[in-house]
Amino acid sequence: MMSERETERELLLPGDEIEETGVKPGEGTFKKNGKIYAAKLGVKTVRDGYVNVAAQSGRYDPSEGDKVIGTVTDIDPSYWTVDVNAPFPAVLHVNDVPWRVDYGDTSSYIEVGDALLLRITDVDEQNKMQISIDEEGLRKLEGGQIIEIAPSQVPRIIGRGGSMISMLKKYTGCKIFVGQNGRIWIDGDLEGQYLVIKAIEMIEENAQALGLTDAVENFLKEETGKEFDD
Amino acid sequence: MGSNKDIDLIEDGKRLDGRDFDELREISIDAGVLKRADGSAYLEWGKNKIMAAVYGPREMHPRHAQETTKAVVRARYNMAAFSVPDRKRPGPDRRSTEISKLVSEALEKVVFTENYPRSVIDVFIEVLQASAGTRCGGLTAASVALADAGIPMSDMVASCASGKIEGEVVLDLGKNEDNYGQADVPVGYIPRSDELCLLQMDGNLTQEEYEKAMEMSIDACKDIHEIQRGALRERYSTELQEEEITKASEGVE
Amino acid sequence: MKEMLSKITEDYLYRLIKEEKRIDDRDMFEYRDMEMEVGQIEPAEGSARVKLGDTDVIVGTKMEVGDPYPDTPESGVLTTAAELIPMASPEYESGPPGEDATELARVVDRGIREGDAVDTTELCIEKGEKVWVMFIDIHVLDFDGNLLDAAGIGAMAALIDTEVPASDFEEAEKEEDYSLPIEHTVVPVTFTKIKDQLILDSRLEEEKIADARLTISLNEENEIVAMQKGLRGVFDYESTKECINKAKEITSETREKVLNACDRENL
Repeated sequence: MMSERETERELLLPGDEIEETGVKPGEGTFKKNGKIYAAKLGVKTVRDGYVNVAAQSGRYDPSEGDKVIGTVTDIDPSYWTVDVNAPFPAVLHVNDVPWRVDYGDTSSYIEVGDALLLRITDVDEQNKMQISIDEEGLRKLEGGQIIEIAPSQVPRIIGRGGSMISMLKKYTGCKIFVGQNGRIWIDGDLEGQYLVIKAIEMIEENAQALGLTDAVENFLKEETGKEFDD
Repeated sequence: MGSNKDIDLIEDGKRLDGRDFDELREISIDAGVLKRADGSAYLEWGKNKIMAAVYGPREMHPRHAQETTKAVVRARYNMAAFSVPDRKRPGPDRRSTEISKLVSEALEKVVFTENYPRSVIDVFIEVLQASAGTRCGGLTAASVALADAGIPMSDMVASCASGKIEGEVVLDLGKNEDNYGQADVPVGYIPRSDELCLLQMDGNLTQEEYEKAMEMSIDACKDIHEIQRGALRERYSTELQEEEITKASEGVE
Repeated sequence: MKEMLSKITEDYLYRLIKEEKRIDDRDMFEYRDMEMEVGQIEPAEGSARVKLGDTDVIVGTKMEVGDPYPDTPESGVLTTAAELIPMASPEYESGPPGEDATELARVVDRGIREGDAVDTTELCIEKGEKVWVMFIDIHVLDFDGNLLDAAGIGAMAALIDTEVPASDFEEAEKEEDYSLPIEHTVVPVTFTKIKDQLILDSRLEEEKIADARLTISLNEENEIVAMQKGLRGVFDYESTKECINKAKEITSETREKVLNACDRENL
């Protein structure tokens, strides 16, 4: 089990041949002369008969279903333009919000500079995205702040089964949402927000080779003076 | 290529800097050195010091330059004013414009541009200190910066020049060799597919000499490719290793 | 392309500033880590690379023999130029220097020129005929705020590092290179004003909400040699005095770092 996981963490570079039999080329790979190669710097994962390379760097690559944080950059009578940290801005139409918005009345609901917690509902072949906030939990964000990390770091901030993020919430009392696009919303008292950011920096830098979760927990214990019995 | 009359470039079978005919200058590359760029690499090659950075894929401006079916790879090669003995006037000149074009074309060959219609992948090459071979160094560093930026590509381009000095075919011309030698052939090479994506030549070579030069360059490019890969491994493997250990320790608990 | 902060992030930054806190836990008047490397660029007569946190700037000097200006026949010529290359920020574009690059170059230039950092009369080779022409080129590699200080500090360090390349120019009428005659060490410090709070060494996010900034260049005798108020906000007269008082202490620390990096105890 352990050794299998370790081989899965092997770093692949663009052009590396992936020696895996009986699988089809998936995300981040390409096939040439019957062989499968990595198309990106990343790590190999095998799922549902496909071999993929999960990127370890680079910009956010939007995919359908992702929950992300966007900032409104422009307003039109029937839609808003939203920057979601992707190669292209996304468009939020009036029929993808939970209100009935009359033509020309968009700015009374959402303004330029507003931050939105939203879902990417479609990405077409031209990289045009459709997004929505018309769903339970999605909304215009009020209070707190947004920081940005590399999108490839998102899984580490969330932690195994959400363990890292729950720990951060528990110690700091902050509300935290980690968008798949590398934007993180943090709300709470200033001291708490501050701590969350420091902890996230710690995870990003990964200074401790051993037991990062423990290291982050120790840091939070020290700073907050809180103890929890698990 | 200048005249070879006034300066001795070879003594006792060695070049002026002590290298053998088929020997590269020392090369080192660091990946991921800039904060704002999506990917970056810093290269030292002999006395060359070159920074490369990648932004994108991002929306192409001006719009009329957009391609509806693919991304455009747009390289910009620039020399810092203080990078050469006689101050370089800031801004593009004919030489840098040509190099930018060739580097763009060389890199576009390995990037899966069809993944990002209408966008641009900007590649910036800044020569901070120049000492012959900056286009090869720039292309080599730019390839690492592209990989660091997570750009999908079929391989990294490695680049190197060979040439002729005092009638001898030699690898990787140094500054005096470039100034006083008889020929210079820079190439960009894609190791996985064994293809050339950059090829220029100036000077005077027989076909035999050309073949010898190219064989030297291609062999050297394979070595350079390993240095490129090493830079990325150095940058990313430690992270992975630490993650492994973290996960392992969690598993034990 | 302009990058935008969300309104909630702006509000957070304002709240922090109100409570006299910074995003990175610094004091109001504290620099980020300052790294300096001097003399790394061989073709340059002098060079320095200054990193303030993630802001990364290289300054190089080049010298050649040329004509003096008719109104200063006994002085060498100084020219400062800055390039905000698109490598350094998604907000920078290729092309000739714009307003920001020009202001940066001119503010750095003014400190050096008016502060008599270089004894330009020593750069005269033959009165009215030929003098040394010096270029100070500022090259920004990575931009995370406070370019004025990084560039100004880098320029001073590069000047101290400069060797006049007399042996390369027959017209120089000297056979050996010699150190550039430095008269004063001029060091700038920039205060950024957000609402009513002044801060030192602003990061990018802080500059996005900044109302005004004030750059003050001082020499080693604490004489003010150049000032520049920037951005659309204003300062009241009292706070400019407060800035000058603070600048004395701050620049003397910076000056020490510059001299250390150049391996000089004093000049």
